[in-house]
Amino acid sequence: MNSADFLLWVRGTGLQIATVIFVFGVVLRLFEILTLGHKKNLAVTRGSGFKEGFRNILTRSLPRDKNTLRRSMFTIVTGYVLHIGLFVVIFLLAPHISLFEGIFGFGWPSISTPIVDLFAVLTMIALLAILYHRLTNPVLKFLSTKQDYFVWALTFVPLITGYLSYHHLFLNYNWMLGIHILSVELLMIFLPFTKLSHAFTLFIARWYSGSMMGEKGVKS
Amino acid sequence: MSHDETLKESLTRNGVSRRGFLKFCATAASIMALPPSMVPAIAAALESARRPSVIWLSFQECTGCAESLTRSHSPTVEGLIFDAISLDYQHTLQAAAGDAAEEAREEAMKENWGKYILVVDGSIPLGNPGYSTIAGISNLDMLKETAKGAAAIVAVGTCATFGGIPKANPNPTGAVSVSDIIKDKPIVNVSGCPPIPVVITGVLAHFLTFGTIPELDELGRPKVFYGNNIHDRCYRRPFYERGEFAETFDDEGAKKGWCLFKLGCKGPITYNACATAKWNEGTSFPIESGHGCLGCSEPNFWDMGGFYKALSQPAVDVSQTAAYALGAGAVAGLGIAALNRKKKADVATDHQTVTIHDLRRNDPSKTEAEDS
Repeated sequence: MNSADFLLWVRGTGLQIATVIFVFGVVLRLFEILTLGHKKNLAVTRGSGFKEGFRNILTRSLPRDKNTLRRSMFTIVTGYVLHIGLFVVIFLLAPHISLFEGIFGFGWPSISTPIVDLFAVLTMIALLAILYHRLTNPVLKFLSTKQDYFVWALTFVPLITGYLSYHHLFLNYNWMLGIHILSVELLMIFLPFTKLSHAFTLFIARWYSGSMMGEKGVKS
Repeated sequence: MSHDETLKESLTRNGVSRRGFLKFCATAASIMALPPSMVPAIAAALESARRPSVIWLSFQECTGCAESLTRSHSPTVEGLIFDAISLDYQHTLQAAAGDAAEEAREEAMKENWGKYILVVDGSIPLGNPGYSTIAGISNLDMLKETAKGAAAIVAVGTCATFGGIPKANPNPTGAVSVSDIIKDKPIVNVSGCPPIPVVITGVLAHFLTFGTIPELDELGRPKVFYGNNIHDRCYRRPFYERGEFAETFDDEGAKKGWCLFKLGCKGPITYNACATAKWNEGTSFPIESGHGCLGCSEPNFWDMGGFYKALSQPAVDVSQTAAYALGAGAVAGLGIAALNRKKKADVATDHQTVTIHDLRRNDPSKTEAEDS
């Protein structure tokens, strides 16, 4: 298999396989979670909880509590850099937008590539710092499972291969681009079945806990 | 022209000045990425070079490669370089026809056994030998027979190098490239649809100067010509960096000469010298004319998902696949939901109330007497 065959495979068959597993997995997991339901609330509620759910999504996404901020500064800062960086890299790079356009039929404006490049570097630094923290903090290390390292790698490899292919480093561009696409396909395949599924469940969970608190009349 | 005439003699006879010849040598040196100090060496080697015999076989092809070579740069020194080899068989250009033509090939092979250069354009059908024949000989047989006595093979054009258009899905003739069949000879792949003329002559000049084939990349192409990708050498690259793209062929962006990536330009994955050597005597290259690169010097360029589809878009229809997967996921999710509900309901039905009495009765350490 030469680089052209490889690239064609990851852009064709490979992408088909990954998409099927990804979409099937995400929908399956969401249906599974959303249909679980909860026990009938026999108490008189103090609100519908609908609005409070959204309020909770917002408030829990902002580092408002000074005490938490002081104690977990590292986690909060790296977490923000990582997630904002991923958002910029995935959704604002022109070739990525054109990919979404090819699938969904609509696109949106891109930002200039060197800025995306900067975010990619910041994201990778954040990920490396997070890994270092996980390996050196005794409590975190004790709590870490193999899956934690696995999903770290699943996230890091697409970033580094994307960076290397954009800068035409190490391998021939066609190979590097192919490896980059393949690494994203692996990410897509494993996302629904690992902790990475939080990309889809996080805000649902936050809304849910917010609405529960709302029903009880507790400020979220 | 006899076989013994050297290039110098041939050039003099054709009225090419010493200055013109050295200019060509300097161009050849720069194209082959050699230092200027090599120019005299090239000149000396070319001047004394005996015209090697070249047999040119055309299989499943459109003659575009031969057109590219013979038309676009003639009459120039490159054209004369080509005169300076002894093109003993080329069924489009040669005067002889029928049996005489085949005899010319056989004679050239016999006379120059082990020394001639074999140039091939076009792919070879493996499906049915009858798909393409010359004088009743199948392409496969002719290639195998002629390759045996060749010093080196130059596969010209994407059909000969990678199968090209005949090999495009669904490949009705079972077309393959030269390197799929010949394994025991040095093969230089000069890909392109067609290849740049100066690249073809450059490879021949390299062979005449050094007696060897140039350094090749992983796809067997000379690194000197195929070492850079179009995207890296493209004068529109700054617009790619800035995120300024033409969205259609006649919008403001297209008029301003912005990047053609979104219009399907395959420059980023295409390795060729178009952006540097250019076409039509250095006039321009496709991107300069406002059209994206088709990636014609790469394998499978016809099957890369469409000429006007951006490189980052899927080569296949993913939307429909995703829709099916979504439906299947929903059905499976509902199935699992039903199972979970049933489990919950079963647990509720099977629930048994346990009293203190039940617990004590089952405890073997306690006796009936203690209980009461």
